[in-house]
Amino acid sequence: MNTPAPPQQKPTTVWQMYRSIVGIGAFCALLIVSVYQGTSARIADNRARFLSSAIEEVLPAVRSTVEVSLDESGSLVAAAEAADLPAYLGYDENGDLVGAVITARGMGYADNITVLYSYSFELQAIVGHKVLESKETPGLGDKVELEPHFLANFEALDARLNEDGTALANAIVTVKEGEKTEAWQLDGITGATITSDAIGSILNQASSYWLPALERDARDFQPPQSIEE
Amino acid sequence: MAKKQVNPTDEFIKGLWRDNPVFIQMLGLCPALAVSNTAINALAMGAATTFVLVMAGLSVSLLKNFIPREARIVSYICIIATFVTCVDYAIMAISIELHRALGAFIALIVVNCLILGRSEAFASKNKPHIAVMDGLGMGVGFTVALLFIGVVREVLGSGTLFGVDLFADGFQTWTVMVLPSGGFFAMAIWLLVVNWIRQRQEKADKQTSEQTGEAAS
Amino acid sequence: MNEPGYWSIFLNAALVNNFVLAYFLGICPFFGVSAKLETAVRMSGAVTFVMLVASTCAFGINLILEAINAPYLRIISYILVISSAVQLVEMLLRKLSPPTFKALGIFLPLITTNCAIFGLALFQTNKGYGFTQAIVYALGAAAGFALALVLMAGVREKLDLADVPSIFKGTAAALVVAGILSMGFMGFAGLGR
Repeated sequence: MNTPAPPQQKPTTVWQMYRSIVGIGAFCALLIVSVYQGTSARIADNRARFLSSAIEEVLPAVRSTVEVSLDESGSLVAAAEAADLPAYLGYDENGDLVGAVITARGMGYADNITVLYSYSFELQAIVGHKVLESKETPGLGDKVELEPHFLANFEALDARLNEDGTALANAIVTVKEGEKTEAWQLDGITGATITSDAIGSILNQASSYWLPALERDARDFQPPQSIEE
Repeated sequence: MAKKQVNPTDEFIKGLWRDNPVFIQMLGLCPALAVSNTAINALAMGAATTFVLVMAGLSVSLLKNFIPREARIVSYICIIATFVTCVDYAIMAISIELHRALGAFIALIVVNCLILGRSEAFASKNKPHIAVMDGLGMGVGFTVALLFIGVVREVLGSGTLFGVDLFADGFQTWTVMVLPSGGFFAMAIWLLVVNWIRQRQEKADKQTSEQTGEAAS
Repeated sequence: MNEPGYWSIFLNAALVNNFVLAYFLGICPFFGVSAKLETAVRMSGAVTFVMLVASTCAFGINLILEAINAPYLRIISYILVISSAVQLVEMLLRKLSPPTFKALGIFLPLITTNCAIFGLALFQTNKGYGFTQAIVYALGAAAGFALALVLMAGVREKLDLADVPSIFKGTAAALVVAGILSMGFMGFAGLGR
């Protein structure tokens, strides 16, 4: 297109440029800030609802949660700010500790997989998992969310600590489909080997990081009163 | 600029077929292929893009005498980015799940060539109500195109439509259609259909013009 | 927890999650300039260059945005800063190295507001990469883009000689080729572990 410039056009003055850019900037800033203010409450609300429904899925008994983190010395403290991969202690309606819910991430087949899984203090085992984010191949890699025999792994996936309480007694590993012999093994999925292996290593890594501290400190941990719902 | 009579309805209609942004102009292909793996994603993406198109068109058209020529691109980008940010937060407020499904592609509406193109080529030269109709037409055309691709991919790829199961259990899904390559294939199929219809139309037009020509002579 | 190694980031961006064939980013130039091999190579050079600039800018802006806690300014500031940075570099290049400018120059304005560039900036922020990681990611993405573009151009040069039905000519044929390429690239999945 070569539209000829309108003949009567005057050269743009610096003032005009300045005026228009500042004007548009102000207009845009106003709009963005007001939309942000207007939606932030609902977004926070949505996030909380999403999280609590996900937690309820992996650990149904939970009524309230407290986000925790590890300080430099490795002991359990209430989280000062929301972490990228948070962990929560879950309490039932009487305020008794029922378990922990941990987010973990690792490399899958195509991209990072983020999972949410729950640990039961009573059973010393992993009792539920849910994939929060994955780009695995539909129909193959996403079987880790659907395949009944894989989900059966999470009835009680042994995650006991060793005698010192410093590390997992047995590393969580994924084995070939149908070859599960020990309680700490994950029965893998044929056709989704890499994805089910990835879930195993993600769980193993995150558990090695969190569980020693959780087992040691979580029972004595005083939940801040204000957070209870 | 020649002052020809512009009819708002015509501006709306042309986006649907004659100047369809996806199938004819090949603009905005990135989101058209990336988030069209289910019909509902396609619809949401189309709606978000339409909103930005209309609002950006309206603002640019209202501000056309205020923005000097030298600063126009930066101003347009700024305006578009603002509305995209608004849409981004609005979708988050409506549904976190939807926001997760669309991912970074909402933010990527900013670089959809369609929007900057319409602002620059159309909205900056026309009255606000006509710019809005143009944006609406283009947006609806874009949404319909996305929906077409999305429906094909979802029905073949997952055996569902808008999340509702269509087939009995025996249906073997064409997983390839929900994968990235399926986007290319579905788009190619629709393009073939569009090209075929256009060719037939052109032939028909030629014939009628020949006939009228003969009749005149 | 474990940080992905540089090699894994590179492979992931270049092959497994190829920007063009898996994420559909930068489709417009992909179909626009992939008709000739030589143009494709030069375009790839320009994209690599802009991606590095964009990645650096995005890293810097993100630091500032996090410091002032204003995530809602991300989209607008990324696009403005990246496009002005590219323009600035373009001017510098014209002054300092005219041959480079001649080779890449005409492509630069075309790709400034390209989805691949902007997508790169967004993804690196979402993934929380540090500076060197971000640079490696940009290099990987650019290499993947170049690979896809060059492969495509090679196929299309041959395709031009073939006798295809008239409704199939042009973009429709290119789309099918891209679809097949994309299927081929799926074979790389699992490499970046």
